[in-house]
Amino acid sequence: MRKKKVAGIFMSLMVAAGVMAGCGSSSTGGEADKGGTIKIGANLELSGGVASYGQSIKEGIDLALEEINKEGIDGKKLQLVPFDNKSEAPEAINGATKLISQDKVVAIIGAATSGNTKAQIEIAQSKSIPLLTPTGTADDVTVNKGKLNDFVFRTCFIDPFQGTVAANFAVNDVKAKSAAIFIDSASDYSKGLAASFKELFEKKGGKIVKTEAYVAKDTDFHAQLTNIKGENPDFIFVPGYYEEVGLIVKQARELGIDVPMMGADGWDSPKLIELAGKDALNNTFITNHYSSGDSDEKVQDFVKAFKEKYKDKSPDAFNALGYDSAYFIADAIKRAGSSDSKKIQKALAETDGLDLVTGKMKLDKNHNPIKSAVILEYKNGEQKFNTKVSPE
Amino acid sequence: MEQFIQQLVNGVSLGSIYALIALGYTMVYGIVKLINFAHGDVFMVGAFIGFYSITILDLGFFPALLISMAACAIFGVLIERIAYKPLRNATRIAALITAIGVSLFIEYGTIYIRGAQPEAYPTGIVPLKSLEIFGVKISGQSILILAVSIFLMIVLQFIVHKTKIGKAMRAVSHDMDAAKLMGINVNNTISATFAIGSALAGAAGVVFGMYYTKIEPLMGIIPGLKAFVAAVLGGIGIIPGAMAGGLLLGVIEALVSAAGGSLWRDAVAFIVLILILIFRPAGLLGKNVREKV
Repeated sequence: MRKKKVAGIFMSLMVAAGVMAGCGSSSTGGEADKGGTIKIGANLELSGGVASYGQSIKEGIDLALEEINKEGIDGKKLQLVPFDNKSEAPEAINGATKLISQDKVVAIIGAATSGNTKAQIEIAQSKSIPLLTPTGTADDVTVNKGKLNDFVFRTCFIDPFQGTVAANFAVNDVKAKSAAIFIDSASDYSKGLAASFKELFEKKGGKIVKTEAYVAKDTDFHAQLTNIKGENPDFIFVPGYYEEVGLIVKQARELGIDVPMMGADGWDSPKLIELAGKDALNNTFITNHYSSGDSDEKVQDFVKAFKEKYKDKSPDAFNALGYDSAYFIADAIKRAGSSDSKKIQKALAETDGLDLVTGKMKLDKNHNPIKSAVILEYKNGEQKFNTKVSPE
Repeated sequence: MEQFIQQLVNGVSLGSIYALIALGYTMVYGIVKLINFAHGDVFMVGAFIGFYSITILDLGFFPALLISMAACAIFGVLIERIAYKPLRNATRIAALITAIGVSLFIEYGTIYIRGAQPEAYPTGIVPLKSLEIFGVKISGQSILILAVSIFLMIVLQFIVHKTKIGKAMRAVSHDMDAAKLMGINVNNTISATFAIGSALAGAAGVVFGMYYTKIEPLMGIIPGLKAFVAAVLGGIGIIPGAMAGGLLLGVIEALVSAAGGSLWRDAVAFIVLILILIFRPAGLLGKNVREKV
């Protein structure tokens, strides 16, 4: 299986190399403003395993471009060139090559997952075309072995940030003095969140009374939860994915653990409610990028516009991040005053205080956005907006 | 102390599921000397049949349990007739490899038919209250699991020791050729064994779904292997041994987790298997019988 995958990547590299060779060396530029339009590529998962991510992002981008093009940027309109990478890394590489060499886009939005984004980094870097992932949260998308990928950006905050948000919430809102952590030891995501939670929670004077672990696909958590119960923590942080978290929450409540439990965007799935049951989920919280229940004016305007365009569909976090990604790039093009990719890259990196639906955005030196996160609470099986936490 | 008893309760609940699955392993091994690796997948199929009976046919827990047991019994007999019977006189390794093949076939056949996504058992099918005794919380479902398991084990003991088919099963397990000479229909007896063993696996599947909620096509692999360990631990081929082995393994796992080794839980289960095979190959309840020449 693995061998096959490697062979697949290799073959698509060969194809990509062929396409590049065919186009000749003159096609490396970023000037693409023929006929008063600026082309932006969207290399997204429009079909395949995570098609729902890619489609949601594209809906958001489409809405944003419609709004932006009402006025245009210095008289020019933005044109989106979509490419379906079928949720596969080799296809994402092909897509990046096609968008840059054939369509001559000035920047690429995509992909939805960190893996498919990483596949495109080499091409984006070597062709000096900005690559912006709306939802790729892995650490090493923008920084590779301590070195910044200077043409790679993202609209979402990174994984460990959610751990610090949870720690702030535990200390300030729940007033927790002690906490237990329950980690999926097979997942870097889970371990990363747990580490940043622990660091901040202890810095703020809290005490981690118990750290327990499980492995993805486990079904029985009674023993670890009994250990946690024995320490009587005020708060339990469970940064896992919904498949296990659903069972953990259910089993915890059965054992009589009724303190608040909290996780991150890994919980965010309708399956969670089926697995845990509505009642067990009461008094649990998650951090997320955005909530349609946020009373912020900017968010409500977006929700209204989105519902108008998409038949009353309530926008999710992917819609919002896609929408914001388009505005993020449009803002950079406006400030760069040019459709030259290198100038756009510089403008993107200098973004500071840009007001977006998912929060006011500023980039740190690693191209990771510093912005607010929302906290959602489960009430009778529904996510309710609880509060918005700003970064410190 | 409370915590310790709570952990024991956790272990017994888990162990009774292992025990139900282990019974099927042990019965089949006792009769045809075959380790039926597809048994864990029959358990999975049972869980799904129970799930669809509850959600689509809108049945309660007990009717779903019965339907699942019946369907699994038929399924087990089919597996035996199609895959194992033609190999009855082949080498044991050939049958074992076939069993692994059947196991993979069922797992990925299920994924092909309905996809790999997990399903959640609806909650509250059996309205049960949890008990609290001296600060130890015992959920109603744990009690239900234990009750169903013990009931089925008693029924099984009754079938094996008090009925005609049970007598035939014991005879076949003792000496297949002699049993044939005595006029026992060996084929039917073996089929009956597969039917009973698979029905128990189906029951375990439904009980598992009730207790742990999440079911998916590859859910049978680990419980299947653990049940195999439990069967060997108790002495493979010995019915009370499978029960004892299952409960013991569940308790060992819970106590390992309680001692802080939750990530070592699976490793410990298999270390137990290795130790048993080295020091007491016949299992805890087994007698060392000299091989007849």
